[in-house]
Amino acid sequence: MELFYPVTPAHYLVLSAALFTVGVAGALSRRNLFVVLMSLELMLNAVNLSFVTFSRMNGDVSGQVVVLFVVAVAAAEACVGLALVLAFYRLGESVDVDLLKTLKG
Amino acid sequence: MIETILFYFLAALLLGLGLIVITRTNPIASALSLVGAFAALAGLYALESAKLAAVLQILVYAGGIMVLMLFVIMLLNLPPQTLEPLKARGAVVALAFLAVGVLFGAPLAGALFAGGTGAVPLPAGDFGGVAGVGGKLFADYLFPFEALSFLLLAALVGALVLVKKKL
Repeated sequence: MELFYPVTPAHYLVLSAALFTVGVAGALSRRNLFVVLMSLELMLNAVNLSFVTFSRMNGDVSGQVVVLFVVAVAAAEACVGLALVLAFYRLGESVDVDLLKTLKG
Repeated sequence: MIETILFYFLAALLLGLGLIVITRTNPIASALSLVGAFAALAGLYALESAKLAAVLQILVYAGGIMVLMLFVIMLLNLPPQTLEPLKARGAVVALAFLAVGVLFGAPLAGALFAGGTGAVPLPAGDFGGVAGVGGKLFADYLFPFEALSFLLLAALVGALVLVKKKL
């Protein structure tokens, strides 16, 4: 019962690791480019949860400042990533990652 | 006690919606599940007294990034017969990865639970609020903050250039 009852930071860290694993499984196994981008966002958020947990454990608010930066960088990355998806769709009418086999446009 | 109940509820919601995100054929279903997952995650941040992070998660991630992604998915408007073949290359890969994760994660979780600290009380005062985070941000992290504005400008210009039909 001690494993479950008072929720320690270890619970949050295990949840963060599990969410990261789910994100990597999605990024590796899906062929739809949108779902790969969404799995990337899942991974980033798992790390954010880890940062917030460590910030609480050490009483230092720097962890949450880093979370702010990660959110802003993820916004920039999603923007450019979706622009790339649009450009890729214009070339081949598809969002299948298996067609991204060569570096040629 | 209330923290325990909320934590397990939000954690189950988060992991469940995360698994839905990676298993749907239709990307709209994935995107909407991801929005729900971000809401659950914002709840978890608030539970750890990271109030500013929780609100920014909803505003920026769920309300900005995911809306942008939904715009682009609906703009491309792929018909269902195009989406059907885009399933996982064998759900075997995903399952194998999840199994490896559990295999390596179980001893890690055991070590964390055994050797970690006990329940850490929430810090007092305005720990994760606007004044707390803002003070730290503009005192110690001012340079990265200004650099971030350049990064956002570069991303904006880059995205516009990438979707132009003719340079």
